[in-house]
Amino acid sequence: MNHDDVFALWVYLARTPLLWLTVTILAYCLCDRISAALNRTPLANPVLMSMCLVGLLVRVSGTPYPTYFDGAQFIHFLLGPATVALGIPLYQNRQLVMRAILPMLCALLAGSATALVSAVTIARLLGAAPSIVVSIAPKSVTAAVAMGISGRLGGDPGLTAVLVILTGIMGAIIVTPLLNGLRITDKRARGFAAGLAAHGIGTARAFQVDPLAGTFAGIAMGLNALLTAILVPLLL
Amino acid sequence: MVLSLGLILLCQLVGEAIAHGTGLAVPGPVIGLVLCVLLLLVRDRFSRRMPVELTDGTFEQTGRGILSHLSLLFIPAGVGVIQRFDVLAGNALAIVAALVVSTVLSLAVTAWVFSIVAGRAE
Repeated sequence: MNHDDVFALWVYLARTPLLWLTVTILAYCLCDRISAALNRTPLANPVLMSMCLVGLLVRVSGTPYPTYFDGAQFIHFLLGPATVALGIPLYQNRQLVMRAILPMLCALLAGSATALVSAVTIARLLGAAPSIVVSIAPKSVTAAVAMGISGRLGGDPGLTAVLVILTGIMGAIIVTPLLNGLRITDKRARGFAAGLAAHGIGTARAFQVDPLAGTFAGIAMGLNALLTAILVPLLL
Repeated sequence: MVLSLGLILLCQLVGEAIAHGTGLAVPGPVIGLVLCVLLLLVRDRFSRRMPVELTDGTFEQTGRGILSHLSLLFIPAGVGVIQRFDVLAGNALAIVAALVVSTVLSLAVTAWVFSIVAGRAE
């Protein structure tokens, strides 16, 4: 194959959804292996590593993000069904959950308000433009929902998605050392905090550590999406 | 497997329809989560009249399949960071400070309130 043929093949492949869908899935498989090989140490976060790897490939190949997303959207779409599927562990653990209903509601109100008010206040104090403040506000909520909130209130949904992911990665990395430092050992409390502050990425982290923590993380993620959607328009 | 997937999608579809139809602030997939729990309640109430796939654990397995790779699903949106370097760099201090402080505070407050209230109740 001469140079022109290779180029023609690249042009063809680069335009089909198949290429970036495959790259995303294989990059994740690789990074998940690395994370497992490092005993799931928080810093070797699979989302962070995959994002860097895929982002680098997209950048180096000169591919525009919308072209990448044409392929990757099939994965992105599954965020909705995954949220629905959180109902399954919730139902299976319903007795444990009902027993913890009071701590859950108190932690939800306190945590959701803290996440929202602290992010908005700090961003404003440091002089961020109003559209950026709106984009930061729903950062602890799962991507699809946060983008909706931000878009409705004049924020930038694309920026919100990025901030949501960065928050999730950060939360997933610091939750274990932070709560160890605070000597909070209750798995339900640890999982609930991870899901509330770091949505699905925190939930994925919680499931890595313990299924019960994962279940409470999933509930927190759902409840916080609900409460933040109500609180953000009131606060801003 | 296919029926399970179809029912999960149906929960989300009905959830989205309710969210958009009523103008509720509640996101469609979250309503779908509630519907999924209701579906399981109904299933266990009338388990004899249900299709085999719903009662033999396939439904649970399908859900677990999607959830076991939750991390994967965030990569496409995360790669969007390459498009936003300019905005992020232009507001780096405000964004980094807001994200870091708020994430640490909300993790600590949530876990702390949960364990205090749980400790009192038990």
